[in-house]
Amino acid sequence: MSSETRAPWPLKLASAAGLAFLLVPLLIIFVYAFTTEERSFVWPPPGLTLKWFAVAWGRTDLWSALTLSVQVASISTLIALILGTLCAAAVSQTQFFGRETISLLVILPIALPGIITGMALRSAFSIADIPFSFWTIVLGHATFCVVVVYNNAVARFRRTSGSLIEASMDLGADGFQTFRHVILPNIGTALLAGGMLAFALSFDEVIVTTFTAGQQQTLPLWMLEELIRPRQRPVTNVVAMVVVLVTTLPMLLAFYLTRDGDQIAGSGK
Amino acid sequence: MTSAVSLQQVSRHFGPIRAMDAVDLEIAPGEFFAMLGPSGSGKTTCLRVIAGFEQPTAGHIEIFGETAEGVPPYRRNVNTVFQDYALFPHLNVLDNVAYSLMLRKVDKAERHRQAEDALAMVKLSGYGARRPGQLSGGQRQRVALARAIVNRPKVLLLDEPLGALDLKLRESMQEELKSLQRSLGITFIFVTHDQGEALSMADRVAVFSDGKVMQVGTPEEIYNRPNSRFVADFVGSSNLLPPDFTATITGQRAWASLRPEAIHITPSDGAAMQGRVTARSFMGSTVRLGLYVNGASLHAVVPASGNSANVDDMVGVLFAPEALHLMERET
Repeated sequence: MSSETRAPWPLKLASAAGLAFLLVPLLIIFVYAFTTEERSFVWPPPGLTLKWFAVAWGRTDLWSALTLSVQVASISTLIALILGTLCAAAVSQTQFFGRETISLLVILPIALPGIITGMALRSAFSIADIPFSFWTIVLGHATFCVVVVYNNAVARFRRTSGSLIEASMDLGADGFQTFRHVILPNIGTALLAGGMLAFALSFDEVIVTTFTAGQQQTLPLWMLEELIRPRQRPVTNVVAMVVVLVTTLPMLLAFYLTRDGDQIAGSGK
Repeated sequence: MTSAVSLQQVSRHFGPIRAMDAVDLEIAPGEFFAMLGPSGSGKTTCLRVIAGFEQPTAGHIEIFGETAEGVPPYRRNVNTVFQDYALFPHLNVLDNVAYSLMLRKVDKAERHRQAEDALAMVKLSGYGARRPGQLSGGQRQRVALARAIVNRPKVLLLDEPLGALDLKLRESMQEELKSLQRSLGITFIFVTHDQGEALSMADRVAVFSDGKVMQVGTPEEIYNRPNSRFVADFVGSSNLLPPDFTATITGQRAWASLRPEAIHITPSDGAAMQGRVTARSFMGSTVRLGLYVNGASLHAVVPASGNSANVDDMVGVLFAPEALHLMERET
């Protein structure tokens, strides 16, 4: 229906302006990755070069930040996948006292401003006398990664008929076999999508990381520092480009995977 | 002989709700058994207790002589056809049917062969590659049936097997279920709220009300000799006669049932019992009459030929005293 009526030109213009407002700054960031000017951002760039890619490749501080970020994101995502799935299963498949409250509490970390989460975690860590380390960053990231996985999994669980699990048990599958042969195939794409979103969120997280990191520098923290104390400034832009690509692709894939989820989970009825 | 399924004083309570209350049932091997009752009467809970999805609060269950309490569903030789069919949406029809064989590590070629055989039994040969989402309701039900019998369970449980099908499909499926049960020789236990279905398909019927079994018997017994007002009312079409009325005929004060076909209409002159016709509907070969007799409302089904009674006519009402069935139970 809507595809047949054409939008009037003012609406088209407004959408174009909106998109430009969102995307042009990103493009400028990309362009600066190729500039020949090292100290400050000058528009238009005095010249174009590819040398910053080589320089970025050679920077060890960049590599260690990148490695740390990938490790943190991977482990937080893994923790989130396990806890988020279990929590979603409990909330959607069973009845127990305080179920709604738990459901709300699980979602809360993503609704809270990161700065609150960060401060809360930091003071909790110092009260408990836990030294800041790789694991405190992972813990901080896991708080919001769990939410993303939980939300995806709980939606899929709700669409999956409860009698599927009973049918599987009835046909001779114990709990583990039922999980492997029935539950996992039905929630698999939801978990993949949730996991990718969680990874992307963790990968570019700044605020909570600032509060929970010790000496470690994740990639976003490294970039922040680079901007304050410029040294080979366009390297930051090269990294920005890479980060945009690395986080956009999983997001797009996650979107694609959950788009036609109904057909996967709802046909048991 | 050992019963296929034996329930002894089995109760299942959910908090204050007594979904099953001291149920006794003996179901014989190879029997086609119906559990009939209105919704909330405990018949589905009873099925789930036999399947192992619910644990009884009290009582003892045996399946072919073996104690079933505490035995999980996956260790019972009992399979279920679910009301919503519960087909696995991520598997094609063949793999759905072969699921239990896959769990038992039957090799792929062999389990696909057995699954094809099961599909052939439910007349779905050649549908193996389809997804459950591509099938009609009737076809999904057949797949669910094939999946449940592929393993040759000792007992097959069916939860409202025909509930979601349209009338025509329901009738043909009734026949098929009967012949499938005969050829497999498996004990079938099915739950239904449709008394016509229960009476026409089952060897024996248990009528449930409020978590209790009101009566167990053959369809003829249930229909002709209901033991309670509830059964007479739920199984339907019988006249229910209050104690005062019964007392005038038998001298015994008890509720009684009287089948409409047992009533004969005579000319009113000289008849021992007279009644006024309150309604008349032509049914083809028969006429259904509403009668008001001695303070009780009855209905009678009489041959259409030679019957000219009209509304408000006085007629003689005649039936054999032994046609009056006195009920043991109060309610």
